Amino acid sequence: MAVTVKTFASTSEAVGALSADRGARYLGGGTLVMRALNEGDVSVSTVIRASDKALTRIDASGPRVMLGAGITFARILAERDLGFLHAPARSIGGPAVRNMGTVGGNLFAPSPYGDFTVALLALEATIAVQGGFGTRDIAIEEFLQSRERQAGTLVLSVSFARPASADAFRYHKVARIKPKGGSVITLAAHLPISGGRIAGARIALGSMAPTQIRARAAERVLEGRSLDAATIAAAAAAVTEGTSPSDNALGSAWYRREIAGVHLRRLLSGQD
Amino acid sequence: MAKTALQFRHNGRDVAIFADGGTNLLVALRELIGDMTPKFGCGQGGCGTCSVLIDGELHLSCLTLAETVAGRSVETLDGLKQGPNLHPLQRAFADNFAAQCGYCTPGMLMAAKALLDRNPQPSRAEVVEAISGNICRCTGYEPIIDAILAASGGRASA
Repeated sequence: MAVTVKTFASTSEAVGALSADRGARYLGGGTLVMRALNEGDVSVSTVIRASDKALTRIDASGPRVMLGAGITFARILAERDLGFLHAPARSIGGPAVRNMGTVGGNLFAPSPYGDFTVALLALEATIAVQGGFGTRDIAIEEFLQSRERQAGTLVLSVSFARPASADAFRYHKVARIKPKGGSVITLAAHLPISGGRIAGARIALGSMAPTQIRARAAERVLEGRSLDAATIAAAAAAVTEGTSPSDNALGSAWYRREIAGVHLRRLLSGQD
Repeated sequence: MAKTALQFRHNGRDVAIFADGGTNLLVALRELIGDMTPKFGCGQGGCGTCSVLIDGELHLSCLTLAETVAGRSVETLDGLKQGPNLHPLQRAFADNFAAQCGYCTPGMLMAAKALLDRNPQPSRAEVVEAISGNICRCTGYEPIIDAILAASGGRASA
């Protein structure tokens, strides 16, 4: 079915068109919306695009990193200052998907996709969103819980504090097909160490709930402790608390619960 | 529904088409231009057989909105041959038995070209990474990897 395509020079015009039409979807890299059109999704009647340069802005050099929503994973891999994000960017698709898929689109990718968002969740990113209300910043956790109700708004960018050291940010994706494939589970950890103790632990999980989630119980175990074997074992034992994984072709909910602690233990002890 | 006029370069030649709104580049290439070399596989971004180069970058044509290539350069397998001669990659695929049923071959060749254009002497691991978005269900990946390495300077046995 043919759809109407509207391209705007500014994000504010695109937001106006998105909020005026229930059947409008914003087209970023195409890996979600074009797929929906190819599958005959009749809920999409209008495709909105914006050529606004603000969407491809990147500020990677300072202590606060900002990525425009239209930044592709290939662009992140080309950015030397974003080395800590290369593992999550490389874990997505093959080269063609990485040339197309964007940071903004990944926030909407349903399980078993959305791996980059797991990294952003562990980095406690802020999402800049434009809507009829103007522009506002939303904490990523709140954004993910309300992403199905984001119709009529447009993600402009994500921003987050750069991890203090290379060792303070860790990422691992478990997939059945290497080097690409949908996620069985995805883990990201932010573990800043201050005076030998963890201060501000954040653990994020993909494919362990309907959206990417924080593993709060494991975080509480880690907070204020040194990263020794006993702490790691206790965090691994707590990691599935509050999760609600599903069965799919890549793995059962039971299997996901069984392996989550194993992979968290390996991630925290530097084996993954 | 109004059609959109669209001009772009297709294998070095200027083309102009009228596409329905929402038409993907794969449909535009096959049905409006008549270039049948990019194949339809999954329509979801999972198989890679529709891969083409857009301004030299590997993209999935089935997930590309046709009108986004206006004014840009699109290369497909059809543009790979050099007059009556096969491209060195095509020759290497033939010599290394790297195309059995041939359905994945157009995407494999374009992914390989994207790699060799920016990295003429890739390692085996880099070849594996470069074709990781392209699924082959019958030839097997080993002859394909060998062929790409052979085309890149004969490091694999031909």
